[in-house]
Amino acid sequence: MRAGRLAGAVLLALLVLGPFLPMGGMRQYVLHVLIQILVWSFIGGAWSLMGRFGLVSLGHGAFLGLGAYTVTLLWNAYGLTPWLGGVVAAALTIVVALVVAYPCSRFQVVGHYFALVTLAVGEVVRLLIIAERNWTGGSLGLSLRASPSDSLLAMQFADKRVFYYASLVLWLAGLWIWYRVDRSMAREAMEAIGEDETAAASVGIHVTRFKMGITMLSAGLTAIGGVAYAQYITYVNPDTLAGIGVSLRIVFAVVLGGMYSLLGPTVGTALTIALGEYLRVVFGLRLIGMAETIYGLLLIVFIIFLPAGIYGSLRDAVTRLARPARLAGGLS
Amino acid sequence: MIEPIFLLEAAVNGILLSGVLALLALGLNLIFGVVDIVWIAYVDLVMVCMYLVYFLVMVYGWPLWLAGLGSLALGALLGLGVHLLIITPILGSAPVNQLLATGGLLFFLQSFATFLWTTDHKTVRLALPILEVGGMFLSFVRLIAFVISLLAMLGLWVFLRRTYIGTAIRAVSQDREAMALMGANPQYVYLVTSAIGGAMAGLAGALLVIQYSVHPFFGAAFGPLTFMICVLGGLGNMVGAFVAAVVMSEIISIGGVVISTEMGYVIAFVVFIVMMFVRPGGLLVRRG
Repeated sequence: MRAGRLAGAVLLALLVLGPFLPMGGMRQYVLHVLIQILVWSFIGGAWSLMGRFGLVSLGHGAFLGLGAYTVTLLWNAYGLTPWLGGVVAAALTIVVALVVAYPCSRFQVVGHYFALVTLAVGEVVRLLIIAERNWTGGSLGLSLRASPSDSLLAMQFADKRVFYYASLVLWLAGLWIWYRVDRSMAREAMEAIGEDETAAASVGIHVTRFKMGITMLSAGLTAIGGVAYAQYITYVNPDTLAGIGVSLRIVFAVVLGGMYSLLGPTVGTALTIALGEYLRVVFGLRLIGMAETIYGLLLIVFIIFLPAGIYGSLRDAVTRLARPARLAGGLS
Repeated sequence: MIEPIFLLEAAVNGILLSGVLALLALGLNLIFGVVDIVWIAYVDLVMVCMYLVYFLVMVYGWPLWLAGLGSLALGALLGLGVHLLIITPILGSAPVNQLLATGGLLFFLQSFATFLWTTDHKTVRLALPILEVGGMFLSFVRLIAFVISLLAMLGLWVFLRRTYIGTAIRAVSQDREAMALMGANPQYVYLVTSAIGGAMAGLAGALLVIQYSVHPFFGAAFGPLTFMICVLGGLGNMVGAFVAAVVMSEIISIGGVVISTEMGYVIAFVVFIVMMFVRPGGLLVRRG
């Protein structure tokens, strides 16, 4: 564990110093990619809070879209600062999540059926955004009204470094919440529920209460991730922030990394975003669609050959290598 | 206020659309019921078959019926391929992995189609008349597609009821473990099921390409709707699938005329969500 902690400290130091490392003309681009990775890792972590307990949601795009659109619309129409708008967005998203999750829990909608219900919720939010085109901009999307200068109140900055540090803090906060859940009694209860609801209920676990709690946490954090993303990109679009496409992308990244470990979602997200960027740079405007084709193909291959996720499989391999050595050491 | 004749026209169009949707939902339902995996990319297989029909008819000048048979065959091959290459290695994996493997296929097919055929909408033009019935304008093409869908469903019903392998398929969907204990070979049953499910996707592709233009994102447009009809119909319930298809396509068709296309879908999806709570076993199944 010592080595792991040291590696973590070095990594964190690199991340903190990141924007000041010499990168030549690449700085803006590298920062942009890093911000994306941090924000989407945060969102992936929020998803995995539910996913790891068997609540596989294909509708987190709904929460993302609700968060992003609420804060953007409040700012554009009423000039409400995203700090307050973010709170409203998270609260609204939590309410929507509860409206869906409560009956799901009451009527024991689990497994494939839960996935399909959440998928429908994601599509409903996407279609509502498109249908209400008079004030949401429909499928053309909506730009965040620019504030005249850098403003903390408007959460708008010309310098990418501000967003970089903000997303770094957000990401660390996400990891901390994940860790707290992982170490709590709620985790034991949720795992029992994920295994067998009836058995869990029979030993006195309040199934609905725990499910509601984890759903509220996951949905609220996802909405905050949506707010952060909207503030950074300053443009929201129903197809990139709601619906089945983005929902699947979140799940992909997390499962690819491994949803049962703290850094799994981050590893998966970093890898999918880096892969996407790499393929985009390689193919550019030639061979349109080729980058995504390879991306899809690699996803299938990864899921078939690394079922525990990349991070999970790596960790398993390391422990498998380390264990015989330690045994031998103990015997001698 | 919308004139009643338009509503009636929308209602009739809804019923005509429901035939193909029911066919798709049944194909998906068969696979879901037997292999217990949701093929997220199912309608993307349909999209590939639609492209095949488009090229065979518009570029190579094949007659439509022959292209339709080709599409059926391609669908069956794709079904076999998906099962052998993607599903077989992950049969024992966690459900989320299974879901995502076919989700990866969705991304793959969508982008590969974009790469090969660009995002242009491609249409098979048929010189078939528009029927005028009592002031309503109905497309003859849709009527044909509806009738063929019904015939295909009837064929599937006979196959499942009257043949040995059909009985085996129904048995597996009722109890997966018991089937293996009885000495049946599950992999063989899975393969036949996947081929039939794929063939239905192929047939549906041929029937859809004469009504709608095909583009790489066709699967994304029709996919969620198909899953919902599949689940609403109830596993292994053919009448249920048809009823669910009629209900959903009526909501979309009439909702589309009265409010807007998007709101039609929104209402249909909300109905689906509510029905999942009230009738989780399907529209026609009472809560046990």
